[in-house]
Amino acid sequence: MSLLDVTDLRVAFGPTTVLSGVSLHLDPGETLAVLGESGSGKTVTAQAVMGILDPPAVVVGGCVRYRGQDLLTLPERERRRIRGREIAMVFQDALSALNPVFTVGYQIGETLRIRDGLSRREALHRAVELMDQVRIPAARQRVHEYPHQFSGGMRQRVSIAMALALDPAVLIADEPTTALDVTVQAQILDLLGELRRERTMALMLITHDLGVVAQVADRIAVMYAGRVVEQADVHQLFRAPAHPYTAALLRGAAISGTPPSLRDLPSGCAFHPRCRYAAAVCRTVAPSTVDLGGRSAACHFAREVLVDPAAR
Amino acid sequence: MRSGAWRALRRRPVFWVPVAILVVVLAMAVAPRLFAGADPADCTLDRSMAPPSGAAWFGYDFQGCDVFARTVYGTRSSLLVGVLATALAGLIAAGVGMASGYLGGWLDSVLSRLTDIVLGIPLLLAAIVLLHRATANGSGHGIWPVVGTLGILGWTTAARVVRSSVLAARQQDYVQAARMLGAGHGRILVRHIAPNAVAPAVVVLTITLGTFIASEATLSFLGIGLRAPSISWGGDIFAAQARLRQAWWPLIWPSTFLAVTVLAFIMLGDAIRDAFDPRSR
Repeated sequence: MSLLDVTDLRVAFGPTTVLSGVSLHLDPGETLAVLGESGSGKTVTAQAVMGILDPPAVVVGGCVRYRGQDLLTLPERERRRIRGREIAMVFQDALSALNPVFTVGYQIGETLRIRDGLSRREALHRAVELMDQVRIPAARQRVHEYPHQFSGGMRQRVSIAMALALDPAVLIADEPTTALDVTVQAQILDLLGELRRERTMALMLITHDLGVVAQVADRIAVMYAGRVVEQADVHQLFRAPAHPYTAALLRGAAISGTPPSLRDLPSGCAFHPRCRYAAAVCRTVAPSTVDLGGRSAACHFAREVLVDPAAR
Repeated sequence: MRSGAWRALRRRPVFWVPVAILVVVLAMAVAPRLFAGADPADCTLDRSMAPPSGAAWFGYDFQGCDVFARTVYGTRSSLLVGVLATALAGLIAAGVGMASGYLGGWLDSVLSRLTDIVLGIPLLLAAIVLLHRATANGSGHGIWPVVGTLGILGWTTAARVVRSSVLAARQQDYVQAARMLGAGHGRILVRHIAPNAVAPAVVVLTITLGTFIASEATLSFLGIGLRAPSISWGGDIFAAQARLRQAWWPLIWPSTFLAVTVLAFIMLGDAIRDAFDPRSR
């Protein structure tokens, strides 16, 4: 059984459906990359899993199972207990994810003081340890500094330390390197990889960057217009994509047309106006997810794309 | 954070100067006898508008009362009205602003319109109506009707400032991060959102405090604020300005005290704002 199992998750933003049936799973200790362009629903998926969707966004269907337990039906008290301790999250922009009026030590320690009942001194001590673990030099001195005194990369390390405070089994990282310089990006990715190994933690890495995916992921879930269109092992996917959208991404060529507006999704398969393989059926019938043996794709022609040499 | 703000404040003269002034002002309000030897109620018309002299450095006013004694004794009511009305306004503003900013939805619409309505009411006109009712009931005229009136009418700007700070902070990722780590609404509001509203609210409320002291003076002048035997700077200023051409001293001393006190509050507000904002240290 998977550690985290998202099935047919649907989220609406008022009358607009932003997730129309997202299914993905995360196994213990693995790194799953969730890949997709802006507006494809990556962040909303993460927020729905964490249970921190901002109104007016609401979950309207599906389930999120953590160790077999459906989080969406849990009472708020129980969910809060799971947040941070079982599943934690790192945000894209560490500067705004850290409160400017508290020292980083206070912020890392706050969770421990409230959730684990640590004293101020113990929490500070633990904060230094966590800062050491995310390889912040001179942690003992820097623990008393404010977020604005840190560089971008160091700040992201602080927010990772915060997320790791309660030793979660699942870490969701929402574009953790997008706001950083390229050289720093690689360091943060390496760090996340190392932490995952050290703690046998599962990592769900949300990104729009194929390079990031290739560097750290075990498996990939590709999202398009609020659906997971393909899910596969990273080697399989790079060798032979089974969805035309993935194929287009891998070719690196500009995909014709514009991403669809969620307010006005194309009928049938949302990708059909931009798809090379589009046929009559794609305009009318939304494809169901086809199991391809250890991998899956939501395309009427998944098997054809898979063996099409032109798709690689 | 508290100790950090305190550490930043401790080093700044811009903090200590107003604190020193306000300590003196506060001492005057608490124990006027220590400062003024003369009795402010000891008035004799034969020394009406006697200029400053060795016996009375600040001179005598139209009624023949010692100006310095009246000014010192007036500190208590002026300060008390200002501070209490500001506290009341601040409480209302914090409640309304946080509820409407954090909870949002229809409550926000209702509270925001209410704020607009109260903001649209002319302070003096409404105060005249309210205080006239209070007097008509024969409930006497202590500071409470004035405090209540100013507080109820003067919270709007601060409420808007609190609401917008809360709205801005609520969008921040660190609020999401706190939720992600399992913090509840109460903790998020108090620890992560409210501190963002404190600094701007303090600055607005400091200015409000100045206007409240001035409003109290206006109301006292119109005869619906504090009345004799209460002594207030406002009352004395307006009593003195009618005879400014004959005697400047009954006007200048209460005015100076008023100006210095208000200035001290504004300086203090600025210093606190700077201290609460770590980026400006």
